[in-house]
Amino acid sequence: MSAKITARDVNVFYGEKHALKAVDLDIRAHEVTALIGPSGCGKSTFLRCINRMNDLIEGARVAGALTLDGDDIYDRGVDVVQLRARVGMVFQKPNPFPKSIYDNVAYGPRIHGLARDEAELDEIVMTSLEKAGLLKEVKDRLDERGTGLSGGQQQRLCIARAIAVSPEVILMDEPCSALDPIATAKVEELIDELKRNFTIVIVTHSMQQAARVSQRTAFFHLGSVVEVGDTEQIFTNPQHTLTQGYITGRFG
Amino acid sequence: MSEHTVKSYDEELTHLTNIVARMGGMAEAQLSAALMALGRRDSDLAARVVAGDARIDELEQEVQHFTVRMLALRQPMAGDLRAIVAALKISSELERIGDYAANVAKRSLVLNQLPPVRPVSGVINLAKLVQDILRDVVDAYVERDLDKAIRVWNRDEEVDDIYTGLFRELLTYMMEDPRTITAGSHLMFMAKNIERIGDHATNIAEVLHFQVKGTPIAGERPKGQSIAIEDEAGE
Repeated sequence: MSAKITARDVNVFYGEKHALKAVDLDIRAHEVTALIGPSGCGKSTFLRCINRMNDLIEGARVAGALTLDGDDIYDRGVDVVQLRARVGMVFQKPNPFPKSIYDNVAYGPRIHGLARDEAELDEIVMTSLEKAGLLKEVKDRLDERGTGLSGGQQQRLCIARAIAVSPEVILMDEPCSALDPIATAKVEELIDELKRNFTIVIVTHSMQQAARVSQRTAFFHLGSVVEVGDTEQIFTNPQHTLTQGYITGRFG
Repeated sequence: MSEHTVKSYDEELTHLTNIVARMGGMAEAQLSAALMALGRRDSDLAARVVAGDARIDELEQEVQHFTVRMLALRQPMAGDLRAIVAALKISSELERIGDYAANVAKRSLVLNQLPPVRPVSGVINLAKLVQDILRDVVDAYVERDLDKAIRVWNRDEEVDDIYTGLFRELLTYMMEDPRTITAGSHLMFMAKNIERIGDHATNIAEVLHFQVKGTPIAGERPKGQSIAIEDEAGE
């Protein structure tokens, strides 16, 4: 199995705080990798390393090697905007732009110049909404504001927005924590669909969600990766007592 | 394993283990009472064993109900999940063991209507070994003692060997005196039931291993010679 993203001896400091300690992790292509662990364990920090969102945090320092298809993500020559086009992100709370549904999805392709004309842009917007499982619900009201949709629809709109620029990797930081069970199920179903075309890394506090959507699971604790393995193995027969203790609700 | 953050979860797991342990104790008691009834030709005791089986069945229902409830409400993971699934499986093994013990008692009621026959002692000897194995596996479950479980697992071969010997003895006995065929046939079924109890005890050892380690017991399951083959070869 080929690794889409590799992390070797990755350390992250927020000022004095050592947030991520010597993390080695391979993220396989066209799989969903779930990052789990108690709050403050470093899973979101690791996620943000992959598209250099930590660059935006003052005092944050990243050391070690992170590669995407073998290319160093932290190489000085890397254009961060281009990197984030390859590595998209979906956040905890749906955060559509205060624009129309159409413009939310068209935004990325426009700034990256991905469409030659209006027809091509229409095509990208429709395909993205379709892939995000939202087209049927919004096709008659593309001019309405994205912020007027329900929470679950907003989140799928954000996913449509993320995939409109044809990324290779999609990072999801607790994408369902603000959604009801049905909206959650729709996003999970979508994640399962999306892994055919994208590599997905998801941070979640829901053990059941990690177990349902991912093929690989990495357990983080106090800034280190304690255990990584096939999701089935992690949730039925974890090898490390810390993993066992966390997923069975004994700490964290 | 340390305690859960949610204490009632620990209480439920303990409760589940306790019901299964109680079932194990009852299955042991049923088997030993059935053997006593057989040895002493005590029809009253045999009738009590037959009636007592319903209580084990009730407990199995209770385990089933309780595990479904825990799976729905707790959504258990890892070791907890294995413990709950194991409780469900072990309870159904114990329920079968109870059925076999009751069947031995039922047949001893019939035997009591017939003149005593010698091979009864052979059946009781086989049963003593199986009793030991059953007691050990129930203890192993309560103590989460894997070594004990593995020893139980390895003794199944011994049971099979004794059973095969007993089978031959019964055949010879019946051939020598056809008037003993009714009693001999019942003893044959009793021996088979007791041998099956040994198999179920072995299954419990396997489930316990999975519960504790998350993996099957390594290696092939020990097996004595198959009776069918023995039978044909003997012709």
